[in-house]
Amino acid sequence: MTVPTELYYTPEHEWIAISGSTASVGITDHAQRALGDVVFVSVPAAGSRVSAGEPCGEVESTKSVSDLYSPVDGEVTEINPEIDDDPGLVNSDPYGAGWLFKVLLDETDGDVPPGLLSAAEYAALTKEDE
Amino acid sequence: MTDFAGWLMPLRYASETSEHNAVRTAAGLFDLSHMGEFFVSGAGAATALDYALTGEPSALRPGRARYTMICAEDGGILDDLIVYRLAEDEFLVVANAANATVVGAALSERAVGRDALVSDRTDDYALIAIQGPRSAGILAPLTTANLAEVKYYASYPAQVAGRQVLLARTGYTGEDGFELFARPSDAEFLWAQLSVAGADDGLIPAGLAARDTLRLEAGMPLYGNELSADLTPFDAGLGRVVKLDKSGDFVGRAALTERANRAPERQLIGLICKSRRVPRHGYDVLWEGEPCGSVTSGAPSPTLGVPIAMAYVRPQVAAAAAELAARDHAAGERSDGSRDGAASTGLAVDVRGRAEPATLVELPFYRRPA
Repeated sequence: MTVPTELYYTPEHEWIAISGSTASVGITDHAQRALGDVVFVSVPAAGSRVSAGEPCGEVESTKSVSDLYSPVDGEVTEINPEIDDDPGLVNSDPYGAGWLFKVLLDETDGDVPPGLLSAAEYAALTKEDE
Repeated sequence: MTDFAGWLMPLRYASETSEHNAVRTAAGLFDLSHMGEFFVSGAGAATALDYALTGEPSALRPGRARYTMICAEDGGILDDLIVYRLAEDEFLVVANAANATVVGAALSERAVGRDALVSDRTDDYALIAIQGPRSAGILAPLTTANLAEVKYYASYPAQVAGRQVLLARTGYTGEDGFELFARPSDAEFLWAQLSVAGADDGLIPAGLAARDTLRLEAGMPLYGNELSADLTPFDAGLGRVVKLDKSGDFVGRAALTERANRAPERQLIGLICKSRRVPRHGYDVLWEGEPCGSVTSGAPSPTLGVPIAMAYVRPQVAAAAAELAARDHAAGERSDGSRDGAASTGLAVDVRGRAEPATLVELPFYRRPA
């Protein structure tokens, strides 16, 4: 299982890449392994508002379905255009081509949004699951 | 890995979709050692099984096998089984792992006074299945059996890679394939030999997740989903496994006779969803917006590329939904698959609060090419 150190995480197994005032969001390698082959992802529409900790979509796999939670407050600016046709990208490249959506953060004072886990904290959390 | 009736089993080896597709187009290898194996032997074995099961094992010729069920006195299904007649006075009964204890106890109890001995041999057998259109081609060079003569639902003692097995042409995938009942000490060796022999043909190991989507596409019931002690074989549309015309009594006869002559309360149907949200076990089925039944199994079908499900619904709904599906089919659906007001009229599944339109289809969803 890989947990890139430059990313932030949630206990619900999303990852967040912060670049200036924009956060990119996806699900972790741990999550995609647990889900199995992803067949459909619903993501919030571009232009919609998302709130940290609120469900904003769902990830369907062969065996199960999971809610997708927004890790941050803000406005969705972009969704991954490839993911609808090729949801398997979530499995093959969860931290890269399998990204799901981008959010323009409400708070842009340069601080990391509250409540997010570091790579070390997330790795420790998922270790407990194994 | 997952705990399955006390057995630690892989849900998937790599990708369950690839495993599923390999079984449909090439071959897959399954470890089914969790299945319960019971031997019923003795001069009264056939009579004892005729009494214990809904089918008529005494009518089987040695070497042949049959899908059957074991019911309680009230007609409720205790398990679905495959019975292999190995010899005039010896049968192998294969049960689901989760029900093996119940099946073993029922068989033993029902054999009392019938000159038959029931022995639980689950720990004496590993079970390896090779399933898919290339199975016979992969297995043929490894075995002493002439596979052209091994009929569907037949079994033969044979050697595979030099090891003694009971080779059966049975399976749970909707494809041609074989099951090898082997000594546990030979299982790893046989698995490795088959893996190597099949590698060039695209054979890969397949886990429980692929097994479930394969049997669902093939319209095969799963105990705990489509079958339970609260249901009779007739509820599941499997009344054909109940041989009411066999001579002699059998456990459940009175209840099942009554059930056979009564209009059914529910009917098992197949559904194809029009959206990509997947109906799952326990979700409500809706007719005209109102609950009319419940999904028993659902999954995204790798072969069809859409979500499929089996569900129990009221028979009137099944009939009306079939009529609607036929009408839609005749009219030709719009290119986006929609109908006017599809969410509130006709058939739908409540997928976590949203009605997803569905169409009734005949089971199975998938039939292997002839």
